[in-house]
Amino acid sequence: MNAKAAPLLRVDGLTKHFHTSKNLFGKPTHTVKAVDGVSFEIGYGETLGLVGESGSGKSTTGRLILRLEEPTAGQVHFEGQEIGKLSSSQLSPIRKKLQVVFQDPFSSLNPRLRVGDSVGEPLQTHGLVSGGSDKRDKVAALFRQVGLDPKFMDRFPHQFSGGQRQRIGIARAIALGPKLIVADEPITALDVSIQAQIVNLFLDLQEELGMAYLFIAHDLGMVRHLCHRVAVMLRGRIVEMGSTEQVFANPQHPYTQALISAAPIPDPDREALRRRIPYDLVPPPPGAVLREVDPGHWALSAA
Amino acid sequence: MPLLEVKDLTVRFDTGGGTVHAVSGVTYALEPGETLGVVGESGSGKSVHVLSMLGLIPKPPGRIAGGQVIFEGRDLLTMPEGELRDIRGKKIGVIFQDPMTSLNPVLTVETQIAEAITSHGLMSRKAAKARAVELLDLVGIPEPQKRVTQYPHQFSGGMRQRAMIAIGVACEPKLLIADEATTALDVTVQAQILDLMKDLKKKLGMAMIWITHDMGVVAGLADNVQVMYGGRIMERGPSRAVFNDTRSAYTWGLLRSLPDHSEGRVYETHTPGQAKKRPRLQQIAGAPPDMTNPPPGDPFAPRNPFATERCHREVPPLVQARDAAPGHLVAAWYDLPQALLTNPTGAVPAAAGEAA
Repeated sequence: MNAKAAPLLRVDGLTKHFHTSKNLFGKPTHTVKAVDGVSFEIGYGETLGLVGESGSGKSTTGRLILRLEEPTAGQVHFEGQEIGKLSSSQLSPIRKKLQVVFQDPFSSLNPRLRVGDSVGEPLQTHGLVSGGSDKRDKVAALFRQVGLDPKFMDRFPHQFSGGQRQRIGIARAIALGPKLIVADEPITALDVSIQAQIVNLFLDLQEELGMAYLFIAHDLGMVRHLCHRVAVMLRGRIVEMGSTEQVFANPQHPYTQALISAAPIPDPDREALRRRIPYDLVPPPPGAVLREVDPGHWALSAA
Repeated sequence: MPLLEVKDLTVRFDTGGGTVHAVSGVTYALEPGETLGVVGESGSGKSVHVLSMLGLIPKPPGRIAGGQVIFEGRDLLTMPEGELRDIRGKKIGVIFQDPMTSLNPVLTVETQIAEAITSHGLMSRKAAKARAVELLDLVGIPEPQKRVTQYPHQFSGGMRQRAMIAIGVACEPKLLIADEATTALDVTVQAQILDLMKDLKKKLGMAMIWITHDMGVVAGLADNVQVMYGGRIMERGPSRAVFNDTRSAYTWGLLRSLPDHSEGRVYETHTPGQAKKRPRLQQIAGAPPDMTNPPPGDPFAPRNPFATERCHREVPPLVQARDAAPGHLVAAWYDLPQALLTNPTGAVPAAAGEAA
């Protein structure tokens, strides 16, 4: 990480509590700490993988960065600017640079809108197209960039396969030339034979456009392939973070070890030899802090 | 004698958009105690073929267009519904992906397990309740005495799946069918359930059909693997043979498209401001076929870099692969080991994107 210049994204003590029940007077009686003091950075053009069980807070972290949820505490700095306090009009120029790709492109695309219009919509909203034919040209270019034939622009989402819909979702996300894309389980819902296509597309686009990704996923194999660094979340906290190499070759936290040992390997000989490391999903102790075990490699340990 | 014989099973769905060729000519035999992993993606027919043999597809729009499913000498497809219902749950246990929709939310776990046993007339109500506690213990649920009186919502996702397994094995079936039974679970929970299944298989000696899209899950669990695509079996054989001596271009493409999982794999770290060349995955071009209008020949032919002219017009039969392990079958007009000698990477002449 570069200490001199501000990183693309810096998340500082990000916290989100949900009140799951309230008493008679509306006072919260039970609080879920979905995200509990999470801090990390993402550099320009870098991919950070965020992994963990369902309910670990990884998706909520993504939503907090996008300001789809308001944090209970903590800050999100984008290109050095704290975005938590910005009004929606102040946020508008940042929205261009900060985009999202969801798991299910079918539910994130308007079913009644032709896909070309869905992709072109952000261009229009931000006044980046001069007219109808300009918009069509720009959308056609985006279609080609994500490997879709522009002649499909006038079709509706239901006329596409899952992989193609995810390509449309990605075209929409890159339309404004973002610096960071939060990708929340973008390949989980896709067929196995299509997943590699989409992962390759993410890699191609990163090389062409220099975008950074926050890649939220539970497929450790894909995370290892795609991400420069990895953060492992457990019960709202990051328990380990480091380069992909550090975390996978030398996992420190027992939960990371359990997670890596649990991932099935498509090789019967390796599977036969494999030993799984069990881990009870106990939340990290309250006083635990991240300590640097190696330069850039952090693991949670008791205070 | 095989426990289950599926002969030329063919299933169609008549929908407004045309006839879906869901399963076409599926033929295989399952031995007692065998674990068969059935791998495929959506539309491959992997789930529909077992649902149809259990009489669990809605008719209409579903329809058995042909074939036989012989279980213990009798055809499940022509059996009266009442008898089939008795076999289901008693001799053939089933576990589905989502235990929350398969478990009844207003009944205790004890009631549901006991019902699975008493409905087949195997035990008295009282004995069945005692058995429910044993079963929860068997599937690794702690404090089974206390847990058995609880409702499904009081269980975690992994525990609900364990409860489903308890119901699935309650009558000590000869065959257990699991349809994407660990897909919705977290990876650490999935690992626990897979370990449990291996353990249960040893204890109960049942055969198992494990349906999944995950090659990794199959690698750890199955004696034999059956790869399905476009409603047909593309390849079938002992796990090691299918993984290490792959004969179908589809299996080969799938295995190659997965990220490198070798131990020694070294990944570069990121240098800020410097675009890093990362290796690309070996993707399969194109998309799965539209099953209302499947290709006339081998369903994988349009995506297969090794396809011959014959692949495009004629469906290949599933036969013993040349110089392969006994029982290693493939449906292919091309010869994959031979084709790989001249084209080791499966390069396609023209770049084929994902066509609509």
